[in-house]
Formats: sequence, structure tokens, C-alpha cells
Amino acid sequence: MLTNQEVAEALLEKFGDQAFDFEEPYGLLTLSTTREQIIPMLEFLRDHKTYQVIFLTDLCGIHYPDNASKEFMVVYHMHSFIHNFRIRIKVSIAEEDIHIPTATGLFASANWMERETYDFFGILFDGHPNLIRILNIEEMDYFPMRRQYALEDATREDKTDALFGR
Amino acid sequence: MADIELLPHNVPSKSDLPELVEELTTLNLGPTHPATHGIFQNILKMDGEKIVSGEQTIGYIHRAFEKIAERRAFYQITTLTDRMNYCSSPINNMGWHMTVEKLLGVEVPKRAQYIRVIMMELARITDHIICNSILGVDTGAFTGFLYVMQKREEVYEIYEEVCGARLTTNMGRVGGMERDLSNTAIRKIHEFIKSFPPVLRELEKLLNRNRIFMDRTINVGPISMERAISYGFTGPNLRAAGLDYDVRVMNPYSSYEDFDFTIPIGQNGDTYDRYMVRNEEMWQSLKIVEQAINNLPEGPFYADAPEYYLPPKQEVYRSMEALIYHFKIVMGEIDAPIGEVYHAVEGGNGELGFYLISDGGRAPYRLHFRRPSFIYYQAYPEMCKGSTLSDAILTMSSLNVIAGELDA
Repeated sequence: MLTNQEVAEALLEKFGDQAFDFEEPYGLLTLSTTREQIIPMLEFLRDHKTYQVIFLTDLCGIHYPDNASKEFMVVYHMHSFIHNFRIRIKVSIAEEDIHIPTATGLFASANWMERETYDFFGILFDGHPNLIRILNIEEMDYFPMRRQYALEDATREDKTDALFGR
Repeated sequence: MADIELLPHNVPSKSDLPELVEELTTLNLGPTHPATHGIFQNILKMDGEKIVSGEQTIGYIHRAFEKIAERRAFYQITTLTDRMNYCSSPINNMGWHMTVEKLLGVEVPKRAQYIRVIMMELARITDHIICNSILGVDTGAFTGFLYVMQKREEVYEIYEEVCGARLTTNMGRVGGMERDLSNTAIRKIHEFIKSFPPVLRELEKLLNRNRIFMDRTINVGPISMERAISYGFTGPNLRAAGLDYDVRVMNPYSSYEDFDFTIPIGQNGDTYDRYMVRNEEMWQSLKIVEQAINNLPEGPFYADAPEYYLPPKQEVYRSMEALIYHFKIVMGEIDAPIGEVYHAVEGGNGELGFYLISDGGRAPYRLHFRRPSFIYYQAYPEMCKGSTLSDAILTMSSLNVIAGELDA
């Protein structure tokens, strides 16, 4: 049985201060890294002889408009079938420099997940073979999941945030 | 290799030969083609009858669920999950409830968990009978499809009895079920357990060892286990490629650890294996339903969590607390704790995951659905490369791509 502690120590040993913010929300090992180290980290976990975290479960983006120079976050969920071990890795990036290397070289499944993340948040995955919109129309000129685009029609006055908003 | 000297009469003169022009045909499969069983487009480059490459366009029924979810109270998101994999909506509903329960720390009583298991497994059966019988239709056997549809209808009647709806079920609540299983529901479930096996056996008799069906499906659209893992396959499609990964066994939820069932796996990852895996899964699901209904525990069908679970209506008219909670829940005034949760259930097509980030408000700060169809459908061009068009249709059909889940 692979423990969170064991993997966290291995990652700390390998990546030093490039692996930080360790947490365990609901038992799932969560950590952050920088965008320079994300691909080496994914590769380290995938090719590790004993851990074998070979499955990229999920990849998605989050927008935190109030976090200065860390406005966007890309979250990777990984899974090791052999140990039934899951891990979550987060990378924060700034809005002015919204680039992150692609994981398509490691996982074929990253292709569409990264396109989806680009489509909704405008995060640019450097080296992606075909970084175009996937679910929205190509003519769209904004990234709809960013927080500045309100869901409700802004001209309506009956649906105020005080009553119906979040 | 040694140079072969061509004798003068063997050397063709250029003028004798017609000039060969290689040309690929572009074929537009979809967006609304009956054989795609959903609205998505494939632009295929064909060399004669063989597919050289394919380009997919998806998003025709994208409904921005993730965006909508950021403005909706937790209980209102259940109706969005219905509309993802609409062939097995109860699984989506329960998966969402369990995600929220995990965030809130609500423990659901055994009886509710068993009822959920029954509903989820019935949903899996309806999901798989559609996929398998449509595969029959695509290979030319229409009868089987019409025959098993009767049984899906019976499952839908059970849904109707449990939650009032048939397709987009909105079944269950955060904290349990909305009502207990009625006697009619229990009777119908027992009837289904009795009447389904002969029908499924007949479908098996029609297809499993049918020469035409086997010739059309064996070695059609195969994928190796390594490629399947790299492409993020889960569920029956991954199991057909030979890996026994099932969320119900690896990370049991809703008391799946109480039941005795096996996970069928295939070997070649081809259309026939996917068919056979789904076929066997229906038997296993039926076995689970039977165990759950026979061992249904007594007790409440909802958790003791008044701030999250809608009180009984008669209570609302009598007690002040119930009235307040009723109002607060319906208006979505319940603040969830801060946290982030990833919860996965075994959906009809694989690992259906919910990644929920709560900032302490009444709606999720961010909700991401891990939709199995979306992730594995990108392997389709690779799987049908070099095959004929008719085989490509079968490959798509056996992948069971559901447009609602694909586009979210």
C-alpha cells in the first residue's frame, strides 16, 4: 500500500523546493509545482519503477482573478492502478504569461483535455500539436469560463446577486 | 539487393502507361448521420474504401454545464448531470450526490446506499443493452434491438416509480433518496430480475456466436492496453483491452464492497471484446441488483442532516425548523464548507469523475466533470485507421460515445 507520505518524500527528494504546498484534502495527496517542473514531475511519476502512476485521470483549469500573478491554475489528477494511488498536482500561472508546457508527449489523452482547457480559459499549452477550440465555435473571441464573464444577462434587474447570485 | 537488369522488353515506355493520379476522397460522416448515434462529425479521408485519417469535430450540443454550475445551488446541479450520459442518468445523479456528501461530510444510511446501488446497476443495464443492441443493428440485426427495448422500458417504469421521471431522472437527494422504495417499485424490480435473463439470453443467442456478427466484429477497431491507458480509457472499453480497472472495486462507494460480483475483462480490445464485456457486465449488474434487493437493510432512507436534506412536506407545515430549512434549501441559501473534492463513480462508460472546489459559498467555485466519453473518443481516428467505413461505424458504436457526455 503506497502512502501519501512516501510519495511526498520521494517528490521532495527529487524536486526539492520545486514541490511545495503539500495537502491531503479528503485523503488525496495534493501538491503544487512550477510550470518548469510539471512535465519532469509527471514523467518521474509515470516512469517510476514502483509507483507507476501511469494514468492521467483528469486535467482542468481554474481561474482565480484575485490572486495577483497566479490568476490561472492547471490541475492534473493522476492515478496508479497498481497501487490504487491517486495524486493531484497543481500549477499556477500568471495571466500576462499564460503558458504551460504540454503533456501530450506523455499521455495521448492530454490532447483533448488541454484543448478544452484552452477553449474555456485561454491557457496556452506550448508544444501542443493542435491547440484549437474544441467545444465552442472557432469564431469565439473570448474564453467563457473566465470569471469576468457573468452567466446571467447583465441587463436584467430582477435577478440581482443579493437574491439569486452566489 | 543486387541490381536487376531489366531486359529491354520489360522496360515500360512512359507513353504506354496511363498516368496514375492518387487522390483521396473526403467523406463527411455526420454531424447528423444515423450511424453515428449522436451529433458529432467525422471528416474522413478515404483511399477507396479504406480510411486513411479522420478528423473529429465535437461540441454540437455543448451546453456549458460547468459554467452554469458556478451559479447554481448544489441541488440544482443534479439536473445538469442527468443530461450528460442520458442512457444512464441515475449513475450521474448518484455520483454527484456522493461528491457533495463527501464535501459536506454527510454519512448516508445503509438503506439509501443499497437503493442507490440498485438504481445505478439498473442504469448500467439500460446503458449496456442500448450499446449492445445498437451494435446488433449496425451489423444488420434489427430484431434484437426492438426486443430488448421492452426491457429498457421496464427499467424506465421502475425509475418512474422511484423518482417520477424516466429519462432525465433527477433521482435522489444530497443525503439519501427522496422517497423510500414503494411496494410497486420493489415488485417491479423483482419482476425485472425474473424476466430479464430470458431476454438477454435470447439476445446472446442472436449475436454471441453468430458467424456474421463475429466476422464483422472480431479484430475490428482494436486497441492495445498500453494505448488504451495512454488515451485515458476507462470502463468497459478499457476492460475489453485487458485491464481490470473498475472504480466499484478499486474505490468502493455506496457499499459496493458488500456485494459479490466479478469484473469481466477482454483480451484484444476489439469490438467483439467490448461487446462481450458489456454483455457479461449486465449479468453481473443483475446479480448485484438481486443481492441488494434481497438484503435491503431496514432503516431510514436519508441521512440525519436537516440543514442539507429537504424535510418531509408535512413537517414543513407543522414545525418552525423544518420550515426554515425548507426555505433555505429551496432558495439555495446553504453554504457549503470550503474544500476540494474529487469523487469518481463507475459510470456506464467508465470513470465518471466530479472535481468540485468550494469556496464556502452556496454554489461551487469550480466544478469539472471528468467525462469518460470525451476522453476516450479522441482515440477513434487511431482505432479506425486502415479499416473500412463499415467497420469504423461498428467501432464507434461499440465505444458507446454518448453525445451529451461528450460535449457536456
